[in-house]
Amino acid sequence: MSMPFFAPDDNPGASFLELLRRTGPEPFATADVSGYVSIPHATTCVALRFSGGVVMAGDRRATSGNLISHRTMEKVVEADRFSGVAIAGAAGPAMEMIKLFQLQLEHYEKVEGQMLSLEGKANQLSMLVRGNLPAAMQGMVVVPIFAGYDVAFGTGRLWDYDPTGGRYEEKEFVATGSGSLHAGTVVKVGWRSSLTEDDAIRLAVRALWEAADADSATGGPDALRGIYPVTASITSTGWSRVEDARLAGMVDEILVEQRARNGGETR
Amino acid sequence: MSTPFYVAPEQVMKDRADYARKGIARGRALVAVQYTEGIAIIAENPSNTLRKVSEIYDRIAFAGVGKYNEFDQLRVAGVRSADLKGYQYSRADVDARGLANQYAQILGQIFTHEMKPLEVEILVAEIGVDASSDQLFHILYDGTVLDEKRYSVLGGDADAIAARLAPELVDSVPNLASAVKLANSALAGPDRSLVADDFEVAVLRRNGSRRAFARLDDAEVSNLLAS
Repeated sequence: MSMPFFAPDDNPGASFLELLRRTGPEPFATADVSGYVSIPHATTCVALRFSGGVVMAGDRRATSGNLISHRTMEKVVEADRFSGVAIAGAAGPAMEMIKLFQLQLEHYEKVEGQMLSLEGKANQLSMLVRGNLPAAMQGMVVVPIFAGYDVAFGTGRLWDYDPTGGRYEEKEFVATGSGSLHAGTVVKVGWRSSLTEDDAIRLAVRALWEAADADSATGGPDALRGIYPVTASITSTGWSRVEDARLAGMVDEILVEQRARNGGETR
Repeated sequence: MSTPFYVAPEQVMKDRADYARKGIARGRALVAVQYTEGIAIIAENPSNTLRKVSEIYDRIAFAGVGKYNEFDQLRVAGVRSADLKGYQYSRADVDARGLANQYAQILGQIFTHEMKPLEVEILVAEIGVDASSDQLFHILYDGTVLDEKRYSVLGGDADAIAARLAPELVDSVPNLASAVKLANSALAGPDRSLVADDFEVAVLRRNGSRRAFARLDDAEVSNLLAS
């Protein structure tokens, strides 16, 4: 591999995508796929704001038609120190998109010597989603959520997207994926501007619980295998993943509460 | 058409080398020192925005002396090359040796074939899993690669600086504070004294995080110098 140099009028600047276009592998090269292929899909993710930042959570299941194709997907990932991205949709393109997005942010930071603004990062993700549009038209839709802590404004912010790359900033919460209607409703009912980090994590876990309860493509917490939703909070100190032990405790509380609702009987 | 004057190749190379050396000697020097938790790179740099030391990849740092626009171009090319390689293969496949070779090719090519050689000296540093696998590649304006151990000095007056630094590092690996202090006295020499604001300090830390590169701000540097 040779070292890439460019003439001043053909310089890709700080963009890794532009660099890829000039040097080789096209990330979203799509053949003209006709007919139906059963590809793994990833499902429900939520993000919500709380007083000190944002919390993101996603279930762990990937489905291929009616089959579970993967039980331990990580759909919520750290994009960089102060932001995270959560993905619903076709798992293959989604994972590639996350990888490219992380690289794009890091590449910019290294070339320019400073981080992109949070708004700039959201905009970059929008372009990646738009780049996937030809594949989306053939059924490989990827719909991410982007959330992060805006260092310049000192607040958590979040965005959702549509398959064409449309970008919508939300004030309270967002949900995406097949269980998003249920998860979103739970968050909507429970959301307060005064939520603490702990409240917000609890609410996100509850939302995914309800989504898994009503949507077969969303995986619930699996105590047998020790699988819990990927949950993370992003605050002024950056990204931090919530440990499984803490999530397991929250899930136990939900179980106790459910039993109490049924008058102590298991149903 | 007139016949061009014959100039002996030895003379051409010598002239180019002199030209490059003069350009490099005009700038301020930098040192890289292996310390207990990684590698510290300490540059004399009055600017707080035009960097001499920067991050290339997870465990790899770049440092350059000489003409800013020239080594900055090399820095960006290194970031691009590393990110592309990591994207196409794996993050583990990006290493300092490969980058150093690429830089050597380019500097050598320009030195022999272009009118003007690059007036730069660069350093590609990488921390390994332990201190014995740390690497310091010092690359000269003509593409010569030096694989250095424990410390490296780049820039004008490098020999004098190395002579001040070397005896202090003979039988011990310093901690971060003493590495910075040693670099300070080596760079300043007997006749000058420098303060935190005159330095740009960055480290590659062996602390388990993926991106090992970190900058130290003026406050941290003055704490280290005062400790």
